[in-house]
Amino acid sequence: MRDARGDMRRPVGLRLWLSGGWLTLLVAGAIFAPWIAPKDPLMQDLFLGRLPPFWESGTEPGFWLGTDSLGRDVLSRMLYGARLALVVALVAGTLTCIIGAALGLIAGYYRGWPDRIISRFVDIWMAFPPVLFAILLIAVLGPGLWSIIIAIVVIDWTRFARVIRAEAMTQGAMDYVASAQVAGRKRFGTMLTEILPNVLPTIVVLLTLEMGIAVIVEAILSFVNLSISTDSPTWGGMIAEGRTSVHQAWWVLVFPLIALFLTVLSFSQLGEGLKDRFDPVLR
Amino acid sequence: MNGFLSIRNLTVRLKNGSPILRSVSLDVAAGQVHGLVGESGAGKSMIGKAVLGTLPRALSVTGGEIWLDGTNLMSLSPTERRRRIGATAALIPQDPLTALNPSKRIGPQITRRLVDILGWSRQDAQDRALELLGEVHIPDPARVMRNYPHELSGGMRQRILIASAFAAEPRLIIADEPTTALDVTVQKQILRLIADMQTRHGTALLFVTHDLGVVSKVCDTLSVLYAGKVVEDARMHRFFMRPIHPYSAALLAATPTYTDPTGSLTPVSQAVIDGVEAEVAQHDARRAQ
Ligand SMILES: Nc1ncnc2c1ncn2[C@@H]1O[C@H](COP(=O)(O)OP(=O)(O)OP(=O)(O)O)[C@@H](O)[C@H]1O
Ligand SMILES: [Mg+2]
Repeated sequence: MRDARGDMRRPVGLRLWLSGGWLTLLVAGAIFAPWIAPKDPLMQDLFLGRLPPFWESGTEPGFWLGTDSLGRDVLSRMLYGARLALVVALVAGTLTCIIGAALGLIAGYYRGWPDRIISRFVDIWMAFPPVLFAILLIAVLGPGLWSIIIAIVVIDWTRFARVIRAEAMTQGAMDYVASAQVAGRKRFGTMLTEILPNVLPTIVVLLTLEMGIAVIVEAILSFVNLSISTDSPTWGGMIAEGRTSVHQAWWVLVFPLIALFLTVLSFSQLGEGLKDRFDPVLR
Repeated sequence: MNGFLSIRNLTVRLKNGSPILRSVSLDVAAGQVHGLVGESGAGKSMIGKAVLGTLPRALSVTGGEIWLDGTNLMSLSPTERRRRIGATAALIPQDPLTALNPSKRIGPQITRRLVDILGWSRQDAQDRALELLGEVHIPDPARVMRNYPHELSGGMRQRILIASAFAAEPRLIIADEPTTALDVTVQKQILRLIADMQTRHGTALLFVTHDLGVVSKVCDTLSVLYAGKVVEDARMHRFFMRPIHPYSAALLAATPTYTDPTGSLTPVSQAVIDGVEAEVAQHDARRAQ
């Protein structure tokens, strides 16, 4: 039993600051990309190909993180790439969360036949190998922003459904839920006002985790060229291009990789940090 | 019908058919305290849950009637039943840890009943809640209303649950072992508090416990439950003077507080238990025919 009396407020942890800081920077960069990007991300200039980042010798002013083999500015491309990564993270993450959590909540709280139907569905769904499933889906839908989002939602809603179902079941067996019902509450109302607030911390963690996953999936799909049209810059696309010339121009590969890594890490850390703040028992 | 709550031949079974309550009948008269004793697993909590309509999903009522204030609950639609129970009855639960919603402040958890059931304004409900918290001897009620459950001790939480049970002036309260989760020093205070509140509000009380000592102090009548079956139904003094059923007699002998607090305990003997088992089996056989 946890016994945290009084106001033992934990300070906002370092990881919440760091992850929140990076993500804020990223969001700002993505939103203001057209104004702050030093160069046009699509402009090629073969004379400026493979310029190194600013601290090495042989750079040109304005190309802070160097250029790729076609002479395109790496920093500008990364900023524009962040737009796609974040849109996918937000939209896919949120949709996955809403669909999965709603089904999980209903299954775990109502039990009975809704649970049997939803759980059976989840089991069957999870029998498909996810990567194959995604590639198949995109092949059918054709590459594009919405295809990526739909692929992520379709594959990952089961994670939410399973975890939230288990949590809702635990909460549903508690006496306070029975009390709410004795007090004349409707079942649906009880689910929203009693159960949902108690599974919210878990939902937040899963949601941020999912956003991180969405960023990776988008990168992987761009890497194998199944993402949106090839001329708009994506981190995955940059990594794919950078890989072929890593010995001549490591920066084309490394900078997008770092951005990807930091973003995914930040999303998961943000979730853990927020959970601590959200959960009244831990707070 | 001779009670405010009258349970008649109530049978509750697991979904697979095995009985949990076997044709249970009992009465709680208006404004009186009825004890329900029996060992762990006898089905005491399930009687309360059947009345309040909060049985676990694996269980269901398969027979009998539950009369509450002259209406057979089993004949009502689920919505109507819930409304009727909400307006008439309340529960003081066994475990104060899981009976309050951990993510909500205390205040709204008490006022909810008043706003939902009686249609009071938030302000009136707030005032009433403060008054009730005072009545259950909670220091600084205004502050406690803003606390989360985990910030309070078990005894405080149980007081809050008592206040909350009495909030909407129900005419029946079911108290399910309201003191077992508390430590001994607090148990007495809580017991006294429940008895006081019951007298002051004139509420009928179904008091579930496995402690005959407690029953002897607070109850007017009692039922003894064994393996889902009522084996004795009596007025208090008659029960303690002259228990009829061998299980009751054995139970009484095994209660240190009532007989001789210094004397040694007599556990319920195997012979008595075998006897009751045989009786229950006979009963089942009769029903099966
Ligand atoms: N969810 C459930 N599923 C299946 N069986 C259950 C469930 N809940 C209770 N039971 C069974 O119902 C019987 C009665 O349980 P109940 O909780 O009413 O006992 P009790 O008399 O209240 O005991 P205690 O003093 O321990 O609270 C027990 O034998 C138990 O195994
Ligand atoms: Mg019990």
